[in-house]
Amino acid sequence: MRVSLDFSAFGRTKWYEYAVRFFFGGAITVITGLLAKRFGPSFGGLFLAFPAIFPASATLLEKHEREKKARAGILHTDRGRQAAALDAAGAAMGSIGLAVFGFTVWKLLPLWPSWAALLCGTAGWLVTSFTLWSIRKNH
Amino acid sequence: MTQFLFRFVVGGIMVSLFALLADLLKPKSFAGLFGAAPSVALATLGLTIFKDGKSYAAVEARSMIVGAFGFFLYACACCYLMMKFRLPAIVATTSMLSVWLIFSIGFWLLFLR
Repeated sequence: MRVSLDFSAFGRTKWYEYAVRFFFGGAITVITGLLAKRFGPSFGGLFLAFPAIFPASATLLEKHEREKKARAGILHTDRGRQAAALDAAGAAMGSIGLAVFGFTVWKLLPLWPSWAALLCGTAGWLVTSFTLWSIRKNH
Repeated sequence: MTQFLFRFVVGGIMVSLFALLADLLKPKSFAGLFGAAPSVALATLGLTIFKDGKSYAAVEARSMIVGAFGFFLYACACCYLMMKFRLPAIVATTSMLSVWLIFSIGFWLLFLR
């Protein structure tokens, strides 16, 4: 299956759904900073991989899929829940990429310019996640 | 206060950008990868490097590896609950945050403190 962009998703997502994600994203960034200040960077760092946005994203995805089916006249469907479960499976693979991001930044940051270490970490996340996703798709 | 507000805005923008990309991508299993994107990490580490230095940020990045494995367990548990027990997404994804907290904080207490 090919990866593609579906721009009709713009119309399905309401402004308050973007606001919810913005709020949770901002909140976890502030909380991580506060925890690092109070308990040290070793503890605060854990929360760089806290799934703060995932519950909102999965719930919105489930709702959108259910509404899509309802518009097609199908009222009782598991499609929304299945889409959310697929999203979780994808996030599990992405989380391995997230560990690679953390490892890369941890090792490179003291040696390289900051931007290069963060860029390499992000590339590591993307390549690892995409590779795992491709392997799973093809087997 | 200004610093927290700045953090809030930068974190919010970064997370929203990755979430927007995830919305647009198909298939959904691929878009799901972006549910575990390093959006909060990029925002936080960028600000931390600027304020506290690279060594401080590197320690945060090391701990993040543990948090990421906690995320893996969390996502697997969510997927299992939704498929096997047909739980609604809101119930599975919020209740399983406890898995992340127990694993990550437990590991930190045992090995990183």
